[in-house]
Amino acid sequence: MTKMTVTEKILAAHAGKEEVRPGDYIMARVDIALGNDITAPIAIREFYQAGGKKVFDSTKVVLVPDHFAPNKDIQSAEQCKILRDFAREQKLKHYFEIGRMGVEHALLPEKGIVLPGDLVIGADSHTCTYGALGAFATGVGSTDLAAAMLSGEAWFKVPETIKFIYYGVLPPYVSGKDLILYTIGDIGVDGALYRAMEFSGETIDKLSIDSRFTMANMAIEAGAKNGIFAVDSCTVNYVTERNATRGYTIYKSDEDAEYCEVKEYDVSKIEPQVAFPHLPSNTRPVSEASHIKIDQVIIGSCTNVRIQDLREAARVIKGKSVSRHVRMIVIPATQDIYRQAMKEGLIDIFLDAKAAVSTPTCGPCLGGHMGILAKGERAVSTTNRNFVGRMGHPESEVYLTNPAVAAASAVLGKITHPDEVLRGE
Amino acid sequence: MNIKGDAWKYGDDINTDLIIPARRMSTSEPEELAKYCLEDEDPDFVKKMKTGDILVGLKNFGCGSSREHAPLAIKHAGVSLVIAKTFARIFFRNCINIGLPILEAKECAEEAKTGDRFEVDLDQGVIKNITQGKTYQSTPFPGFMQEIVRAGGLINYLKASGKIS
Ligand code: SF4
Repeated sequence: MTKMTVTEKILAAHAGKEEVRPGDYIMARVDIALGNDITAPIAIREFYQAGGKKVFDSTKVVLVPDHFAPNKDIQSAEQCKILRDFAREQKLKHYFEIGRMGVEHALLPEKGIVLPGDLVIGADSHTCTYGALGAFATGVGSTDLAAAMLSGEAWFKVPETIKFIYYGVLPPYVSGKDLILYTIGDIGVDGALYRAMEFSGETIDKLSIDSRFTMANMAIEAGAKNGIFAVDSCTVNYVTERNATRGYTIYKSDEDAEYCEVKEYDVSKIEPQVAFPHLPSNTRPVSEASHIKIDQVIIGSCTNVRIQDLREAARVIKGKSVSRHVRMIVIPATQDIYRQAMKEGLIDIFLDAKAAVSTPTCGPCLGGHMGILAKGERAVSTTNRNFVGRMGHPESEVYLTNPAVAAASAVLGKITHPDEVLRGE
Repeated sequence: MNIKGDAWKYGDDINTDLIIPARRMSTSEPEELAKYCLEDEDPDFVKKMKTGDILVGLKNFGCGSSREHAPLAIKHAGVSLVIAKTFARIFFRNCINIGLPILEAKECAEEAKTGDRFEVDLDQGVIKNITQGKTYQSTPFPGFMQEIVRAGGLINYLKASGKIS
């Protein structure tokens, strides 16, 4: 038997093959097909145009209106209505209306909809997030989603895999966000183009599931097809708490599986990272960014607003105030995260600090609504992209950081290492 | 299939936010999206270009989001072909799936200039830069993708192969 990576094993299993090799083209069965209020309307139109009557499985097609929801204008209300009508007609099990909705890539794992060993496609580039659970998950387009809704299958080119090994103990305030920003800073925005990123090493073994989600989430920012972690007790504990309604399979990379490249990082000297405009690869240590004045802080998105992220931000800002010159907006990624944050008193900490707290939405992450930047304004954001115009005016700027750095920066009104705010406590 | 057109040349990492920003995406109507094609990279692109013209980018063209709005905006603005050194993968598959011709050709992309006249034989992947008097061979698509393109996109391909009725 050929030795295979975890990515190759999941693809082979879903293509009904004994083995696959990088470069093979396959048709594979999908466990979950996801769409949102931007991508699903096109897929639904194509579904009907192709003569579609019933989706291949009403428990496997998932729709989440989260980008422009709660709707920001009439047009976006019409887009969301397309999803709602389709979900009703097709009796979709997993459609999430406002009040149940969360940012899709935080929501699906939380609800136990995606599981280890799954093959997931989503018409959203950050679908790669679910690799944190040991699933093969990748972003596709609306036509792919339409085809999958019709047939239950999608086409793939089997990617080569790059193995990333992290060792050493993480310094204070350094989290999964910093590891992935550091990695993208090293390999570039096309450093893993068409490839799988497999994350491993002693640092990863100790990394929280929330930090793993953040890392897998940004695999696409290096151009990767997917990011993936081995399933361990941390994953199993997380999944067990979800009360999933179906079983799952754990796949493991063979010891001597073939990698096209192996990268090693000693994390013990890494500082919290800041990605400067206008690319996620434009990273520098926070100590080299402390002169930059800011107008807005966003703690939001599928990247970095799970409960651990809110705890880290709250710990920094507790008993302090957001600078008078800064707007800070906190957007818990799901209703459950929001409620948990309330229970732990985190929301009070944010409100006391004069931050605004919003219902879950993608909102400002993609420059949709709820915190658009004016010309010349600068934001520190826990999101994943800082392209030109991503959060508003083409001449505004976005700096990507982890939640602790974002909270510290809100207090001083400039990019700040959390130590500077907490010193003396 | 043969294509003739003038080139519009852009740089590395032309991302999907530059091709069609989120503020234009509360609709999915191709004709509407086409009006704003590339506006944050080159606000006058749509005004300047003619139907049949060719877009040329360098590395990682189409990186960023999975929005099919990006290739749709390009296609419906009247662009006949996109040439780049490399394409981001979701953009690449979206182009195949909607039937927007694309070619990967490293040297050709590097040497092309805005305004150069091109003649392209899509089936053979042969690209002629008439203005500069140079001929290039692009990386051919694997047979599987050629079949999808030939069928007129993914949905038609699946219908023809009996995967969907
Ligand atoms: S939070 Fe941002 S990156 Fe995540 S799905 Fe929404 S728009 Fe995309």
